[in-house]
Amino acid sequence: MLEAIKIISVFAIPLFFIFILAYGHFKGIAVYDTFIEGAKEGLTTAFRIVPYLVAMFVAIGIFRSSGAMDMVTELVKPIFSLLGGPPEVLPLFIMRPMSGAASLGILAELLKVYGPDSIIGRTASTAMGSTETTFYTISVYLGAVGIKNARYALAAGLIADMAGFIASIIICNVFF
Amino acid sequence: MINIIWMAFIIIGLLVAAVTGRIEATTQAAFDGARSAVELCFALIGIYSLWLGLMKVAEKSGLVNALSKRMRGPLGILFPDLPPSSPAMGAMTMNIIANILGLGNAATPLGIKAMKELQKLNRDKARPSNAMCMFIVLNTSSIQLIPTTIIGLRSAAGSANPAEIIGTTLVATICACATGILAVLILRRYY
Repeated sequence: MLEAIKIISVFAIPLFFIFILAYGHFKGIAVYDTFIEGAKEGLTTAFRIVPYLVAMFVAIGIFRSSGAMDMVTELVKPIFSLLGGPPEVLPLFIMRPMSGAASLGILAELLKVYGPDSIIGRTASTAMGSTETTFYTISVYLGAVGIKNARYALAAGLIADMAGFIASIIICNVFF
Repeated sequence: MINIIWMAFIIIGLLVAAVTGRIEATTQAAFDGARSAVELCFALIGIYSLWLGLMKVAEKSGLVNALSKRMRGPLGILFPDLPPSSPAMGAMTMNIIANILGLGNAATPLGIKAMKELQKLNRDKARPSNAMCMFIVLNTSSIQLIPTTIIGLRSAAGSANPAEIIGTTLVATICACATGILAVLILRRYY
């Protein structure tokens, strides 16, 4: 099992490259020209997240350097140690279902402060990748058909996010 | 809600700083944060361009369509009320494939189309049907093969192996997705 996870991590990207390019070529696509066309959007996509990153870097930076973060971490430590996870990832857990860009900012800040290859960095990365912006998705999809009552969709979505977070903590502890 | 939380981080932070006597360091942290946010964005331009270029090839070659045809059967198990050939089923499978491939920009319009098709079949127009709730939860716990943005962030932060989280993410996301499906199956009996 652990070996399989490792193999997936190593080979996923190269296989993806080969598969997509070969498939495109086989289907008669000018792969280089198409690549350039898509890559042009990289610049605007990266710049679009600047305001979100600034907002979150500043807020979390203040919260951390003031010592407030240490107090909160101390407070939630018992809950996190029950699962064996680092309490430093708590702000990510809070923000994740609400805003994709804001939680991306928090993740980037965690990676910068604690290092991407620390257990905090790895757990935060895994948790970010296995969860979604539940509130946003629900409001977009139900809004598109003019429904206000979400029934149990929000609860189920948040339960799934919670499961993703807990699974991330456990799998990172076992694997890394 | 995000407005309150964001403000709370700043105001509580500054109040605590006043008490602990770290007000100068904290002000400095705010400026440092703003600067490093912009630096990070520059580091991300490259990986975003690389990935969006590759995704354009996937999109134009009709890969989403081709994979969706294969997925329709297995996905039908989660939507027993819908005929496999319905337009709703078609849009949903394409949305889910786009999500798995990481084609976020393509996934959202397909998802909205699926919701509109599902609404046509919905008896009570003011409440989402069970199929709609299932579809939404599949989206909020969507499996993504390669979490590119996160790999980009890790690489920008100087990771020795930015892609090492692909495997762990896949396992965690499958857990999240399975739990989401289970939650829908249980909750829909009570709501």
